[in-house]
Amino acid sequence: MAADGRRIRVDALARVEGEGGLHVEVRDGRVEEVRLDIYEPPRFFEAFLRGRDFREAPDITARICGICPVAYQMSAVHAMEDALGVSVGGQLRELRRLLYCGEWIESHALHIYMLHAPDFLGYEDAIRLAKDHPKIVERGLALKKTGNELVALIGGREIHPINVRVGGFYRVPEKADLRGIAEKLKRARDASLETVRWVANFEFPDFEPEYEFVSLRHPAQYPLNEGRVVSSKGLDIDVHEYRERFAEEHVRHSNALHSVLKGRGAYFVGPMARYSLNFARLPASAREAAREAGLGAVCRNPFKSIIVRAVETLFACEEALRIIDAYEKPPAPAVEIVPRAGEGCAMTEAPRGGLYHRYRLDSEGRITDAVIIPPTSQNLKSVESDMRQFVQQSLHLDDAALTLRCEQAIRNYDPCISCATHFLTLHIERR
Amino acid sequence: MSAGALVIGVGNVMRRDDAAGLAAAQRVRSAGIDALEACGDLSSLPGSWEDRTQVIIVDAVRTGAAPGTLHRFDAAAGPLPALFGRGSTHAFGVAEAVELARVLGRLPEALVVYGIEGADFGSGEGLSPAVQRAVEEVAARIQAEVRDAR
Repeated sequence: MAADGRRIRVDALARVEGEGGLHVEVRDGRVEEVRLDIYEPPRFFEAFLRGRDFREAPDITARICGICPVAYQMSAVHAMEDALGVSVGGQLRELRRLLYCGEWIESHALHIYMLHAPDFLGYEDAIRLAKDHPKIVERGLALKKTGNELVALIGGREIHPINVRVGGFYRVPEKADLRGIAEKLKRARDASLETVRWVANFEFPDFEPEYEFVSLRHPAQYPLNEGRVVSSKGLDIDVHEYRERFAEEHVRHSNALHSVLKGRGAYFVGPMARYSLNFARLPASAREAAREAGLGAVCRNPFKSIIVRAVETLFACEEALRIIDAYEKPPAPAVEIVPRAGEGCAMTEAPRGGLYHRYRLDSEGRITDAVIIPPTSQNLKSVESDMRQFVQQSLHLDDAALTLRCEQAIRNYDPCISCATHFLTLHIERR
Repeated sequence: MSAGALVIGVGNVMRRDDAAGLAAAQRVRSAGIDALEACGDLSSLPGSWEDRTQVIIVDAVRTGAAPGTLHRFDAAAGPLPALFGRGSTHAFGVAEAVELARVLGRLPEALVVYGIEGADFGSGEGLSPAVQRAVEEVAARIQAEVRDAR
């Protein structure tokens, strides 16, 4: 093979979740083509939802993802409530945030400790990391377990929670039910701070693309369930305007649709976007931890998203403790709903970025149309763009090092098990 | 004090035969054996068997064997074969969960993993007939294993 030409292929061979891959072609020292091909199950679920009762949407869409079922439930209930003209506030709103905090803790802990940290420390996987550093991995598992327990407590069970419904919950906890988890969350808060300090010492490549960050922004709170859709380049819209400003494009090489900001192109959702657009809304302890870790109020190095995830984990622990401290059992577990024809949409912040749902209902509350846009498909164009720039500036690396860097770069986006590929094996060919 | 046997079914109910493990877990639960169902991230599995002496995991696999073929592995004796999945960007599969538990000294005394050969992993609900029969068979074998261990 000639030294001036290389072909890099990341074959994703899914056992179950789908298939796809990343193809990078390098010729004469220049990256010529980057194609990301990802399978996307939400298309199936959109069809599966048609004809179903509006009450079924949270439980059906929760099955799209084994990692972030709460995100799917939250976007589904908010979109349905929008269609049905219902507003859920007070302690029911707080319980939703509490449930979401549990999912952020478990998802971020999983990604930081089990999936991303081994890349930075030169280990093939978390098992080898655990051989050398069992206490660190145990800390990650304990942190994740607290997140799982919080989801199980509010959501009814850890995987595919069953206690969420349009209008609220089936049952709500007594104040005393939350005491036990509060103690665990205090330990998780300490573990999160240790996590921020641990990952801050990793080595990060110099890489700061010009992203357009997109996330929710709430007037006072770090965003989880609600807010305006804003961007780092001046977008500031109500979620009802999403359709006018964003589009999904078919691309020739991919099964998945690529989301774009109309007239602007790629954009970036996820922890780094949320953080950079909402730094001032983090609690003081999380801002302080971020500063101590060397982060500014804006972070544009996607490899440092591991630090941002750790900061967000700390936020989620703090927020959960705040909600539990102020909790009073609401008088009813849910707001009453009367079915009617309508259309509604919502975006909430899944651990890996904005998750948009839109539904149309007939007069009996049956779903006639559903649109689900997961964070991974919103980021596809940015992943391709990152890979193009990153491979170009990393061509001096040998194949093995470049392969590892490419995998690590894809993991910056925490691509979702079901929203994206499952298995990923990377090959580089020099020509 | 030990809490005895636990069966863990792994799979995705919306990917047809991938739900075989979940169906097996439901089947043995109705026969009075503790069982849980898992999907997606399995890194919390070692935590779920902390106080158990006998754990049996059931997952769907694809090896090229005839649909419904049962594979049985003694995971306490040695590492699982690659067909239980490694190297994902995101998921933490059965093999990873078992090997992580081994490294951290958190394996139960007895750990058996059953693989049920699937035929159809497309989107949707419902098992292939051969896989449905295999679920019945594995449930019977699990009941016998749990009985023998008592």
